[in-house]
Amino acid sequence: MKQTPSQTVGPFYAIALTRKPLNVLATDSTQGQRIRIEGRVLDGDGQPIPDAMVEVWQANAHGRYNHPDDKQEKPFDPSFTGWGRSGTDDKCFYSFETIKPGPVPGPGDTVQAPHINVVVFARGMLVHVFTRIYFSDERANESDPVLHSIKNKDRRSTLIAAGEERQGKTIYRLDIRLQGKDETVFFDM
Amino acid sequence: MKIPEYKPRDWKFHPPYVFKAYGSSVKRGPLKKLAPIRQTLSEITGPLFGDIKPDAGENDLTRNADTGKEAMGERIIVVGRVLDENERPVPHSLIEIWQANAAGRYRHAVDQHNAPLDPNFIGAGRCVTNEKGEYGFLTIKPGAYPWLNHPNAWRPAHIHLSLFGPSFVTRLVTQFFFPGDPLISLDPILNSIASPSGRRRLIASYAHDVTEPEFALAYRFDIVLRGRQSTPFEKSRR
Repeated sequence: MKQTPSQTVGPFYAIALTRKPLNVLATDSTQGQRIRIEGRVLDGDGQPIPDAMVEVWQANAHGRYNHPDDKQEKPFDPSFTGWGRSGTDDKCFYSFETIKPGPVPGPGDTVQAPHINVVVFARGMLVHVFTRIYFSDERANESDPVLHSIKNKDRRSTLIAAGEERQGKTIYRLDIRLQGKDETVFFDM
Repeated sequence: MKIPEYKPRDWKFHPPYVFKAYGSSVKRGPLKKLAPIRQTLSEITGPLFGDIKPDAGENDLTRNADTGKEAMGERIIVVGRVLDENERPVPHSLIEIWQANAAGRYRHAVDQHNAPLDPNFIGAGRCVTNEKGEYGFLTIKPGAYPWLNHPNAWRPAHIHLSLFGPSFVTRLVTQFFFPGDPLISLDPILNSIASPSGRRRLIASYAHDVTEPEFALAYRFDIVLRGRQSTPFEKSRR
């Protein structure tokens, strides 16, 4: 059977998909380091997109996904699904309140640096794009098999969120650029 | 670690990122080549919503505004199955839908089309597929509405759907249209799909077997998500 074709979310997805806030992944009982992730989605003119939607999927603090196909013997955190969804606010920022994921296995014997898996939708995007968010303060980035597989080394930085402390909170910022000189790396997966 | 991978996206059926006739794709579709990635646990896992129990009536858009009154317009039943490429049903999978009302207006601040809003219609609903991958909604047939893509541009009546499937890579957002609508062939969003059979896939069929006498017409829209690569064992059996 052939895959059903993709179509855009259009300008009005918010009446269904972001009617309730879904961007808080970490509850009081979730294990791990609290972080906030935020940024904008920018078009080919560098303009922030007000009708974009970002979804994230991540492992728990121990590096285990809340999914039956993850058969690792790592602790399961029942208070963390690892999924979130954000529209954009009045300044065109998406944001997530979550925890820093642990490292997960990569191809062969490799280990992947902590990362968050990202899907971006928008009016004007006929097919969603897949990308990732890595963290600027993780030394494991240097040996991450996926970052390494990106041939143009200069483009790897488009996936690395810059960390900062703001009012005692750890915030990572990453803008997603759909086009242009610094176009974000999008994956064919 | 051995990973049961999913088949790749079939780009013969999906639209390109940039399709000039759909104006807002021009600055929003990536232009660089996608980077290949080997599927890992990050890709083959994904959010499962099987334990979500949508409140009773969330799939009844004619009444889920909770005003105690029924929405205006032509009541319709929408049914279908969610399958994967290997013809296996996709059970316990969340489907979210959204649409314009009977007059062709969305309940969204950005929609300023001069057509009436219906206080008894939100235009959003959700449900979870059953064991056989089947889903169903009761709703109002949406109206066509104008947009600014080109002179005298009208979107054919359509309903948007969002699906997850069993993994991160099986995510799909699409929309379906109604058979016989003369606006279908003029729609740049549907025409972004190069394959004529791909475009036909997004047109629901009239389902007389589901139509309820003296109540509502029914339409069927089946959805196919990415499936697993067949295992070497399965291949050797062919």
